[in-house]
Amino acid sequence: MSPLVAQTRAEVTQVLRNGEQLLLTLGIPVLLLVFFSLVDVLPTGTAEPIDFLAPGIMSLAVMSTAMVSLGIATGFERSYQVLKRLGATPLGRRRLVIAKIAAVVVVEVVQLAVLVPVALLLGWSPGGARWLAAIAGVVLGTVAFAGLGLTLAGRLRGEVNLAAQNGLYLVLLLLGGMVIPFAELPWLLEAVARVLPSGALANVVRESLAGGTEWVVLSWVVLATWAAITPAVAARWFRWE
Amino acid sequence: MADAAVEVHELVVRYGDLLAVAGVSFTARAGEVTAILGPNGAGKTSTIEVCEGFREASSGTVKVLGLRPDRDQSRLAARMGVMLQDGGCSPSARVADTVALYCALYGRGVEPAQLIELVGLAERRTSTWRRLSGGERQRLNLALALAAKPEVAFLDEPTSGVDVTGRALIRQIVRDLTTQGCAVVLATHELDEADRVADRAVIIDRGVVVADGTLEQLRAGHDEIRFRSDVALDVQSLASHLHLAVDQVAPGEFRIAAASTPELINTLTGWLSAQQLPLDDLRAGAQRLEDVFWRLTGRGDGSR
Repeated sequence: MSPLVAQTRAEVTQVLRNGEQLLLTLGIPVLLLVFFSLVDVLPTGTAEPIDFLAPGIMSLAVMSTAMVSLGIATGFERSYQVLKRLGATPLGRRRLVIAKIAAVVVVEVVQLAVLVPVALLLGWSPGGARWLAAIAGVVLGTVAFAGLGLTLAGRLRGEVNLAAQNGLYLVLLLLGGMVIPFAELPWLLEAVARVLPSGALANVVRESLAGGTEWVVLSWVVLATWAAITPAVAARWFRWE
Repeated sequence: MADAAVEVHELVVRYGDLLAVAGVSFTARAGEVTAILGPNGAGKTSTIEVCEGFREASSGTVKVLGLRPDRDQSRLAARMGVMLQDGGCSPSARVADTVALYCALYGRGVEPAQLIELVGLAERRTSTWRRLSGGERQRLNLALALAAKPEVAFLDEPTSGVDVTGRALIRQIVRDLTTQGCAVVLATHELDEADRVADRAVIIDRGVVVADGTLEQLRAGHDEIRFRSDVALDVQSLASHLHLAVDQVAPGEFRIAAASTPELINTLTGWLSAQQLPLDDLRAGAQRLEDVFWRLTGRGDGSR
């Protein structure tokens, strides 16, 4: 087994064995999807809440894995000198980062494999969905959120990073157009939300899967910009120990 | 003489205004254990971390297996075993999984189950890092270094927090490594451990090397006799009787700086008998490494 495959497998196993990470990456998204689909309390602006929620929750799942799960795990690995020790193996730092990204992709595939059938069972009908565009959005979102997560993980102490990642997760969830439509936000918050990576990702995925048109070009530009900036910032500021 | 596996020349490491290592030079050879000794903050870990490629030298040159750690880290990593001073594993990582991962990362054909058995963790193979004792964690860290089947191994405080049985095991593993031709560089402040396992010692104090040589070389010319007796023993009277310097190095512990001879021991015991003083724990011969260390660093006030 090559070092890259071995490390990727170890990363995926770590996520799937960790109860907190499972709750974050699968439990919360599935719970939110099911609950708000069955309990119609959100002003989704669609005839069926699931049509609004399914793309939003998929975006939330991407954010959970690429930013929070990756960021928290990496932050603690930095604190425990795991990154330092792995850096002294033939794996090296470059392949360690690749393994982490590969593990994120694997977990995202698992998430979508769970969320899409659940959404379909709840009545979601993605007629005319442009899946390739949605996947492109997910890729950009993954890059942007991974950059954010690693930037925090590479600078903050383990516990501070944990708090920061969770705090940011909550803010991006509430302002991200994932469960609450932009139109329901005060105008200033709405303006901010539309330039956040979570808002841009949710809008791009929703438009790709449901045919919405509002602000889409801007959302693609915003998402691509975040995807270009955050990895560069992480690469510049990340401390391995 | 064995091949030089680690060559450090005039190494300087600065952290901002702090000069941690101030021109350290030494050589570690294949098939030998070289102990880097010094008090906390002496510069041991900084020196080793430059050799491992974790840290850049401010100046000076370091070569490990003929390679430069700062430039050739990827080539070096496959041939080098590393044991960090602490940490290195996630708390939720299981022993068997971690060892298997590192065996796969190094790809040197080391069998994980055998390695776990070797370091005495077979009973703990399903335990997570957070459930291991301090000594078990050290042994797991040692296993990760051994997964490299190393030609050179850097072990930073390998016996710290390890019980007596674990220490004996680690010493045996270190000796086996040298038998296989590995150069072991061991940083420690536990002088007794170094005394038991090292072939050579490099003593660092305040960032500079104060001694470098085999243990025999470092001890040469510093034979002594030590014994315990009544704390009220008249040191000056005994010194006059023996015509030798006598120190009380700790309450009730005395040292005569001289090589042991039957005549001298006879004179000493005769004097103690005449003074009706007890005699305990009589030891004669070469200085312990700890005494060499104190002598060379000038640390301590004789009250140890």
